Amino acid sequence: MSTADFQALAVHLVLGGALLLVMLTVSFRRGHGLAVAVTVLALLASLAGVWVALPVVPRSVTPLVIVDGYGLYLAALFLIATLVVVVLSQRYLEGGRDDPEEYYLLLLAATLGAVTLACASHFASLLLGLEILSVALYVLIAYPQAGHSPLEGALKYLVLSAAASTTILFGMALIYAATGALDFTRLDAQAGAQPLVTAGLVMVLAGVAFKLSLVPFHMWTPDVYQGAPAPVAGYLGTVAKGAVFAVLLRYLIQTGALTSPELLTVLTVLAVLSMLVGNLLALRQQHLKRLLGYSAVAHMGYLLIPVIALAPVDPASAVEAALVYLTAYFAMTLGAFAVVTVVSGQQVDGDADLLTAYEGLFWRRPGVAAVFTVMLLSLAGIPLTAGFIAKFYLFTAGVSAAAWVLLIALVAGSGIGLYYYLRVVFAMTRPQAARDGSPLAPGWSSQWTLVTLGIVVLLIGVHPTPVIDAIRQLIEGWSG
Amino acid sequence: MISLGLIGLLLVGAPLAWAGERLGPSWPQRLSLVVLGLASAWLLLGWLAAAADDGVVETVALTWIPRFGIGVILVLDGLSLVMVALTLALGAVAVVSSWTEVGERHGFFQFNLLLTLAGVAGVFMAQDLFLFFVFWEVMLVPMYLLIAIWGHEARAYAAMKFFLFTQISGLLLLVAIVALVLSHQAATGVLTFDYRLLVTGAGSLPAWVMVGFLAAFLTKLPSVPVHSWLPDAHTQAPTAGSVILAGIMLKTGAYGLIRFVVPLFPDASEALRQPLMVLGAVSVVYGGYLAFAQDDFKRLVAYSSISHMGFVLLGVFAWNQLAVQGAVVQMVAHGFSTAALFMMAGALQERLHTRELSQMGGLWQRAPRMGAVALFFVVASLGMPGLGNFVGEFMVLLGAFQVDVGPTIIAALGLIVAAAYALLLMQRSFQGAAPSGAPELRDFGARELAVMILLMAALITLGVYPQPLLDVSGPVVDGLRALTGAAR
Repeated sequence: MSTADFQALAVHLVLGGALLLVMLTVSFRRGHGLAVAVTVLALLASLAGVWVALPVVPRSVTPLVIVDGYGLYLAALFLIATLVVVVLSQRYLEGGRDDPEEYYLLLLAATLGAVTLACASHFASLLLGLEILSVALYVLIAYPQAGHSPLEGALKYLVLSAAASTTILFGMALIYAATGALDFTRLDAQAGAQPLVTAGLVMVLAGVAFKLSLVPFHMWTPDVYQGAPAPVAGYLGTVAKGAVFAVLLRYLIQTGALTSPELLTVLTVLAVLSMLVGNLLALRQQHLKRLLGYSAVAHMGYLLIPVIALAPVDPASAVEAALVYLTAYFAMTLGAFAVVTVVSGQQVDGDADLLTAYEGLFWRRPGVAAVFTVMLLSLAGIPLTAGFIAKFYLFTAGVSAAAWVLLIALVAGSGIGLYYYLRVVFAMTRPQAARDGSPLAPGWSSQWTLVTLGIVVLLIGVHPTPVIDAIRQLIEGWSG
Repeated sequence: MISLGLIGLLLVGAPLAWAGERLGPSWPQRLSLVVLGLASAWLLLGWLAAAADDGVVETVALTWIPRFGIGVILVLDGLSLVMVALTLALGAVAVVSSWTEVGERHGFFQFNLLLTLAGVAGVFMAQDLFLFFVFWEVMLVPMYLLIAIWGHEARAYAAMKFFLFTQISGLLLLVAIVALVLSHQAATGVLTFDYRLLVTGAGSLPAWVMVGFLAAFLTKLPSVPVHSWLPDAHTQAPTAGSVILAGIMLKTGAYGLIRFVVPLFPDASEALRQPLMVLGAVSVVYGGYLAFAQDDFKRLVAYSSISHMGFVLLGVFAWNQLAVQGAVVQMVAHGFSTAALFMMAGALQERLHTRELSQMGGLWQRAPRMGAVALFFVVASLGMPGLGNFVGEFMVLLGAFQVDVGPTIIAALGLIVAAAYALLLMQRSFQGAAPSGAPELRDFGARELAVMILLMAALITLGVYPQPLLDVSGPVVDGLRALTGAAR
């Protein structure tokens, strides 16, 4: 390996080193504040690694990993999202169990898995990244000691996720048996209409659909979202899903799998079902975290639109649309979970999950309610928020490919979605119920996180050009 | 900079009015009025300063999202000017009508009110389709909050229905806009959302693209059969909300038809002319018929709006100068008369705590000033000659008759229905015997009376001498008609 190879791997290396550092810190000197500080510094250093790696991309480092603009953009997104989760978790974990330090270790490990996935160009690195991510998540979901719902969620996720991983593995084995290749770039020529390859591909897709919680593989989502501590649920909804989607998109484009009409049909069915069923199931939810879980199902369905409509003809535009969508989705989902975290205060008595806990929030904590409203409107795709710009990309993708089925599902899904997002807004405007105990005053760090996320969502909505330009520049010449 | 300054003023004024809460109980209203006054003065001065021959007072064109050829394009021409002036005037009426009705959180109320007005003003000036869509959607959010927070008993249902109807039809509009832009790109190689370019090179587009536009505008207008959100939203909204909804927001639908639908799709409009004119005529009669059956003062007025906006639909698709100009007059006149009637409903509800006509009766003896004012606006609404509504409806009918006799005759029947429901409204509320043991009724005070007198003056002016209005909007209407190849 040359120096340039190491330079390209800067993010992975720094993150891996930081992982060890946090582990050692925790074992020699326990302290919540210290663990948070080291983790934040580690994440910032890894983020700096993105700029270190930037001059040498695109570069394949071993057949396993390709570091390119796409991967680096996503890595930066994952690192920033993790940073937000860390900041939110600090106050949330205080006063809970007395050993919160390992939590940050697990978060860093999961992020390392996510970054690996973003740069994976080989089935081996795919599996490696996926497992690092998933195993860390099992523990993170079950992290709070109080109550049995985190445990239930973690167990559900563990069993089903492991089943999904084995399905993916089996699919890989079938593809390998037929083609003798595990490398995305070499699969291209050999993959064809062989039945074994198609079977393997469908199995891989099923496993990935599970991780992305696409209908009909979505059953675990609401329970796990509800059981997981709010910041972890935010992490699960953003980084964990984003990483899996990243590798899926790279795989589909690099192997030319999208030329197969059967695969496109399967993807279309998954997308349409996710958009409709996800939104319909969210409709009557009284639990906010379940509602957000189902809304995530729908959003993953939306995210498939550029993949299906654009990727076969114009991969660069499809990647651009997907990255813009992911960016917006990360900001608004993290914002929503940040609000849940702040309203929950500390995890001692579980999260503020019922909608009634948000009644009168507009009058009790106008700032928090305003940020939440922005996030919900963004999730619903109302203009002047990031969510609208993202959705606008989807509309353009759908219309340009004349994918009317997808567009109808998108319009119907957005219409239904509006109903439940507005229900939350309406709950916040209701006169305050006679309840004791208004939520704790959020700490300054959570407050700043909320404000920053709100500004980011509005800024992308009002002036998206810098983000669009950055993405276009990074994926320039990326044709898979 | 007139248009940008105007929207900026409203956007800056909104948080100021909210902050005014700290100064004292009635400060948000006062600040709102000041903001609206400044905005009106700004508009008037800008208009006077710019000598416009072709009707265009000002054009602002800035790039916004070059990736998609999206710009901030605001054009202030005669038609926009009329609509924006109406927006500001009725905005002030709304502020006054909310003076005492909104108890708590008045600052936030005025904040939302001014934001709605900013959105509506943007809709009337935007000539970039993306920007237009942004304003179109954004004006809904503060309006939703106005209904959801300060509305009456069934506000949650009404606010949700309002938002869903307009938003889903809005998504269809977005699909249609994107389809229009992409087909323009395919034909010319230029990716742009600039309406001024799209309208010249539109070519022959598939008719379904127009259906997307129609879905949004007909829902907002509203026309039968997508009208059912209106009675709920108007009835449940606070008075100021109803004034804005009926007075201005409905007009955004009509404006969209005039500005976008017919010029962008001349062929499809011609092909669908008769069904759409019939739809307008049916709206006139059916809306009036439903109004007749209502027992709720506000609901009756709401249904009458459907009837009146049917004339606009009829006029727009007749697409001759007389009919389109008539539609513009009708929009302005209906704005004033309905605003006054909703204010009346609000004033009655504040005093009687009911909107049921069966609980009223004999109000004239107890509040003679209110009675006289109500009579004036009721006869204006039924189309009494000499008042603005008559001019609008008459011009529409005259113009439409030259194009298609059938729908025009049906629509003319609407005038009889209007007389029936309007007089019934008057009879059941203000005339007859007062219920026994009725408490003392507070008559209109100076503030309310002043607004009402101004609205009366506006309607009389419009009814007796509508020419200045026609002169302002005329060149734009002619220009739009010329785009479609219609002969002057």
